[in-house]
Amino acid sequence: MAGPAWRWRSRTQLAAALRSVRALQLQVPRAEPLQAALYVHWPYCRKRCSYCNFNKYIPRGLDEAAMRSCLTQEAQTLIQLSQVRRISSVFFGGGTPSLASPHTIAAVLETVSRCAHLAADAEITLEANPTSAGASRLAGFQAAGVNRLSIGVQSLDAAELRLLGRDHTAEEALGTLEEAKKLFPGRTSVDLIFGLPDQSVASWARGLEELLQQCDDHVSLYQLTLERGTSLFQQVQQGSLPAPKQEVVAEMYESAREVLRDAGFRQYEVSNFARNGALSTHNLSYWQGSQYIGIGPGAHGRFVPQAHGQSLREARIQTLEPDNWMKEVVAFGHGTRKRTVLSQLELLEEVLVLGLRMDVGLTHQHWLQFAPGMSLWDVFGTSEEVKELEAQGLLVLDTSEESHSLLRRQPVMQSPSSRWR
Amino acid sequence: MLSLGPRAAAGWVRLQGVRNAAAWLCPPPWLEKSPADAVVFSRPYSSPQKEKPDMSVYPVENVRNFSIIAHVDHGKSTLADRLLEITGTIAKTDQNKQVLDKLQVERERGITVKAQTASLFYNYEGINYLLNLIDTPGHVDFSYEVSRSLSACQGVILVVDANEGIQAQTVANFYLAFEAQLAIIPVINKIDLKNADPERVEKQMEKLFDISKDECIRISAKQGVNVEKVLQKVIEKVPPPSVNIGDPLKALVFDSTFDHYRGVIANIALFGGEVQKGHKIVSAHTKKIYDVNEVGILTPNEQPTHKLYAGQVGYLIAGMKEVTEAQVGDTLYLHKQPVEPLPGFKSAKPMVFAGMYPVDQSEYNNLKSAIEKLTLNDSSVTIHRDSSLALGAGWRLGFLGLLHMDVFNQRLEQEYNASVILTAPTVPYKAVLSSAKLIKEHGKKEITIINPTEFPDKCSVSEYLEPTVLGTIITPDEYIGKILTLCQARRAVQKEMVYIDEHRVMMKYIFPLNEIVVDFYDALKSLSSGYASFDYEDAGYQAADLVKMDILLNGNPVEELGTVVHIDKAYAVGKAMCERLKDVIPRQLFEIAIQAALGNKVIARETVKAYRKNVLAKCYGGDITRKMKLLKRQAEGKKKMRKIGTVEVPKDAFISILKRQSEK
Repeated sequence: MAGPAWRWRSRTQLAAALRSVRALQLQVPRAEPLQAALYVHWPYCRKRCSYCNFNKYIPRGLDEAAMRSCLTQEAQTLIQLSQVRRISSVFFGGGTPSLASPHTIAAVLETVSRCAHLAADAEITLEANPTSAGASRLAGFQAAGVNRLSIGVQSLDAAELRLLGRDHTAEEALGTLEEAKKLFPGRTSVDLIFGLPDQSVASWARGLEELLQQCDDHVSLYQLTLERGTSLFQQVQQGSLPAPKQEVVAEMYESAREVLRDAGFRQYEVSNFARNGALSTHNLSYWQGSQYIGIGPGAHGRFVPQAHGQSLREARIQTLEPDNWMKEVVAFGHGTRKRTVLSQLELLEEVLVLGLRMDVGLTHQHWLQFAPGMSLWDVFGTSEEVKELEAQGLLVLDTSEESHSLLRRQPVMQSPSSRWR
Repeated sequence: MLSLGPRAAAGWVRLQGVRNAAAWLCPPPWLEKSPADAVVFSRPYSSPQKEKPDMSVYPVENVRNFSIIAHVDHGKSTLADRLLEITGTIAKTDQNKQVLDKLQVERERGITVKAQTASLFYNYEGINYLLNLIDTPGHVDFSYEVSRSLSACQGVILVVDANEGIQAQTVANFYLAFEAQLAIIPVINKIDLKNADPERVEKQMEKLFDISKDECIRISAKQGVNVEKVLQKVIEKVPPPSVNIGDPLKALVFDSTFDHYRGVIANIALFGGEVQKGHKIVSAHTKKIYDVNEVGILTPNEQPTHKLYAGQVGYLIAGMKEVTEAQVGDTLYLHKQPVEPLPGFKSAKPMVFAGMYPVDQSEYNNLKSAIEKLTLNDSSVTIHRDSSLALGAGWRLGFLGLLHMDVFNQRLEQEYNASVILTAPTVPYKAVLSSAKLIKEHGKKEITIINPTEFPDKCSVSEYLEPTVLGTIITPDEYIGKILTLCQARRAVQKEMVYIDEHRVMMKYIFPLNEIVVDFYDALKSLSSGYASFDYEDAGYQAADLVKMDILLNGNPVEELGTVVHIDKAYAVGKAMCERLKDVIPRQLFEIAIQAALGNKVIARETVKAYRKNVLAKCYGGDITRKMKLLKRQAEGKKKMRKIGTVEVPKDAFISILKRQSEK
């Protein structure tokens, strides 16, 4: 295996660091900046994919006008509740939001602009499925205000696409990619899944290289997670499909990183690669611990409901099932099903977990935003676990005076335990 | 019908438990005496308890004290049941199955663990005899109990299965009786079986024990055939105890049990004099004085009597609060009439040690009290508090042997509902020290090593010693080859090999004890399809090339996995240990080297590769809550880990390595 082995493994690092945070019993409140990202969930798909356990429904007699009106209503209610002045980015996810009409997308964006400031150059992303995103439709989305596209290509292999239960061919995916690149140059992303049953490292690398011939400046790679309740999970469980082998999947990951690096991509987050600075600002805001408002059935949010006079951030989940959600929105203006107040400590835990996903890690300034008056060194400097992880070459805690201090994962060359060989 | 006194009745119900209460519907002969016969009862006290038998009607010459000894399943307990029935001690019903085996574990395993005693009354040729049957445990693990019981006897019934013939335990038991110079009544049991071959067994008896064919009694205890004859032979061949009623009281404590209401119940054999309620007695061992509250005989339940006389066997209750006050082997005598104590029994030496820990530390106190209660009736178990970093607080228990350990564990589970982690058994090693400093420290030259952490370094030791046993194997000859190979692999040295008949061989080997403590018996049984039998006895210590083997995780020794092994076995043991650990240590962020080492020399290694799972899962807005939950759960899980250097080892991993492997 060529090249250094990055180890994107935050769980031990996290557990270690968090124990240290806990020890300090942080109580300092902080003011949230008056802005948030907005996530919009479109819960419908045409067909069920074999690996997907998202909150999605195959619609029967969908009333899009009602859905549209509920989405706009909920956007308005929650933006007002949060009292943010500015929406920094919008992301339409799903489900398959490219099945929604451009009119619906436009209506949501209009509402957002009415309720808060939405900058003309704010990132507006739409997830698109190759079959539901022909050239004319894409143009319609662009006219509605979308300026970034994330295409669910998943694979360029016919057999793999069948296994995943996708309703498009590789050709259709490449066609959609071609159109998208014309409309959204430098702002088209593709999703790929790897670690499928029976997939080999070679076939994976071949597919990736093939895609790199045509793709734009952003790629997201997802290792297949067999989720309970999906048909793929069942098939593997029953033994009709082989479970992907840990070692093989790890090697796929290593080879993908190498291929992407050679093609000029920067791995700016655990599963995201960009070149020419085409990072997704919306997704970055999650990893930076910023506020976000989630609307639509089953959407998650993290924001301070300032209109209620609160100062602590809440974790919110909207009602899952679309019909119920709509009824609630009609009745109450929103369909929030669950609200959990996050303590200062819980917020910091999230900031840490998410921050470590980024290649830049957590900078001192970034950390201080959430833990005023308490430097990274104060919190992690004396942690035995952090020292241990540093010694193992898995983590860097740089607290030198002149540089901005930071905490980040370390690209590891080789396992230190090899000295026991 | 008689009316029992209230106390006696209460005692009966409690002791009887689930056993057949109908037994009393057919009372022993002394209770059925007609008023005319009642004159033979002496009545020192005018009490309403007229059912209290007078033991003075059985002079020494009419007393016989005997045991039954046999290999497992050869029918000892069934014979005892018949003897009890014939003499009217218990009623003749279908339910009399192993009446003397009171413990659940005894009935389940078909073995006798705790010796029981029963007084039988039998009229032979016009004379009333008192026959005391002192039941013995059927396994040499309990040879200590056997020897206790035998010392109160003058004869034994040696039972051999007519189908299986002489087995390893038969040999061991025979020699125990022979060395104690007891009269031996050979009995060939199960002649009703289709495959019974009593002639062959007679030949074996002749060849091995020099017992002539004419002496053997062929019986079927199950069907009752010839059982009466056995009883008559006991009267004819077993001599009465040679004691004198005119001597001062001299009573041997040969067993003791603990009763929550009445304290210690000591089983005694009278070697002189007599004892009754109100006597002041003294323990020769502790010199403590006690008032006798009650004496009686065992039928097999306690039946109070007015007195016990020289030569007789019974029980005594005298306000002793702890079993240690009635030490087995102790002599009791009357206050101000001291006697020369009987030669004490050699005390039981534990041969096998194992750690015992509660599955959950919160169960520690419950387990502690269960162990204490159980050891009240089994003083041969030694207990030392111990603690393991992985398993928490617990004990290191010493047992007489493997079966003893199994039985103890099973009784804990069955009688006290305790669930425990029992670690793999170890044996006590010894070291002869050469370092003056260490000798001074220990105050002696030879030390016993029970815990591997106490193993002294070679440079301060002139010699290591390991315990050995003399093992007896009896097998059909077609398995000889396989058994020779097995014994060789266990470092055994052959001492003897004889054909006991045309097809059966007896082999004797000196085994290092640690080679048989784990799975030898299972291996032997499985390679001989169950036909080979095995028994062993202590054969002292011998010099051995012992080493301490450490298990290292990334260079750090794991204290609880250190073991003492023979140098010839180090590689195999180390390799097996590393392989098992590899399966139970979860992958971690880094590679883990599992090594077995003798000092600085690594002799085996396995590697657990670094964790590489799920390196690239996504995490967007909707995934954060779930991810945080997952991480919290993992952090909780880590609390249950024990850290060796940087390696985290789950408690379960230790348990699965340290636990005694199931033998089923």
